[in-house]
Amino acid sequence: MRAVRYWSVSHAGAMQRAYQALERLLIMIDPLLRKLGYQRLEAPFAAVERVLKGWFFDCRMCGHCVLQSTGMSCPMNCPKQLRNGPCGGVRADGSCELDPAMRCVWVEAVRGSARLPGGERIQVIQAPLDHSLVGRSAWLRELRLRTAP
Amino acid sequence: MRFDDEPIRPGDPLPILPGHHSAGRFERLLRAGVFTITAELSPPDSANAEDVYARARIFDGYVDGINATDGSGANCHMSSSGVCALLTRAGYAPVMQISCRDRNRIAIQGDVLGAAAMGVNNLLCLTGDGVAVGDHPGAKPVFDLDAIALLGIVRTMRERACFESGRALTTPPRVFLGSAANPFVPPQNFQVARLAKKARAGAEFVQTQYCFDVPLLERFMQQVRDEGLDKRLFILVGIGPLASARAAEWMRTHVPGVRIPDAVIDRLRRARGKGAAKAEGKRICIDILERVREIPGVCGVHLMAYRQEEAVAEIIDRSRALDGRIPWYPGRDRHSRPAGEVDSPTELPEEMLA
Repeated sequence: MRAVRYWSVSHAGAMQRAYQALERLLIMIDPLLRKLGYQRLEAPFAAVERVLKGWFFDCRMCGHCVLQSTGMSCPMNCPKQLRNGPCGGVRADGSCELDPAMRCVWVEAVRGSARLPGGERIQVIQAPLDHSLVGRSAWLRELRLRTAP
Repeated sequence: MRFDDEPIRPGDPLPILPGHHSAGRFERLLRAGVFTITAELSPPDSANAEDVYARARIFDGYVDGINATDGSGANCHMSSSGVCALLTRAGYAPVMQISCRDRNRIAIQGDVLGAAAMGVNNLLCLTGDGVAVGDHPGAKPVFDLDAIALLGIVRTMRERACFESGRALTTPPRVFLGSAANPFVPPQNFQVARLAKKARAGAEFVQTQYCFDVPLLERFMQQVRDEGLDKRLFILVGIGPLASARAAEWMRTHVPGVRIPDAVIDRLRRARGKGAAKAEGKRICIDILERVREIPGVCGVHLMAYRQEEAVAEIIDRSRALDGRIPWYPGRDRHSRPAGEVDSPTELPEEMLA
């Protein structure tokens, strides 16, 4: 829902803190998750993410979450799915070229980033999306990368 | 301006100078500090090569590079690679536009190799307009990459001689890389950061969206200079003539990303009489050209004169943007000295020599 999505950006700081707390929790219980097997956890994790991130961010399950680099505004809601900044078609009032009823997700991302410690991460160049990750759990992927020996 | 190492056959590449990326005239002029002019060729809805050459000839002797658009406005036309293949055969210096809207990374990387092999020296990496604004709104929007990811991939191909997958190329594409900028739309406080991102991703030149608001461009260029981006990027400002107040109104409501201040439209509206608005449109364009030329960090202009292509020569002539030099075109050097001889500043135009 767009109203919730905009609210999440307005509260980007709180959202990021929640995200970071979740990260710490997951890293803490990682040995247990490992024992259960990441493969077995894939489906339930993806289901939880679909609901939670779907509610707060209109998540599209790209499988490679970059919310903390985009001011908690999900770039996959951009009709062009731009992950590195806005296109040149943003309307004068800050709405989307293709969907005038929607605020440009990158106008939102700039707004959200201004509220985040580490908001300058919006400057990081994002690699093109790996489409084989679509629909998979972004949290487990991140966890695997973080805790890889 | 005539280079002393011009190839004998016009379609052949120039030697690549140290520190240059491409074998093209366009990069040479920019690096030599010459005020450089490009124009946009509107690709034909036809399978006839002569239609492309006829559209290119309009610019003969006036522009240093010709942009071949890639389905601009999400409308279907002859492909930019097709147009470029024809233009390079005649020796023109095309700027091939690549949009991410219609092809994925497999197709685009293949096109980059094909284009470089055909003698295309300049690529403009664009995100592309959404399909909804064009003539095939039911088409599938691809957007596998964005302009910045595309820049990074082509730079990797050129410098590390491999595809995005890491698989090696035997001959890398020697291309000069460009991208677009739009200083005139929100989020305005992010546009310079976005340009910096493009420079880091691999852009070497930039062509901007239409400029009708010079003070806004001046503020943008000030920020560009503050960030030192004018030292890393050759910036060409997009300009073009408006045909009438109505055309201007239509453009600002229907063409994404074009900002036209009311003052400009009022000026067009005040022009009464047959052809008066069109003449005023050209005058506005010349005024803008003369003003942007004075802005430090602006290296040239990019003329977009859709359906008014014949106005390009007049605008360039009247603004004296070329400072008397004659850009290369097929046949320019037909009567001059053999290749290898040094350029002299008193070169005469073809008509005067004939």
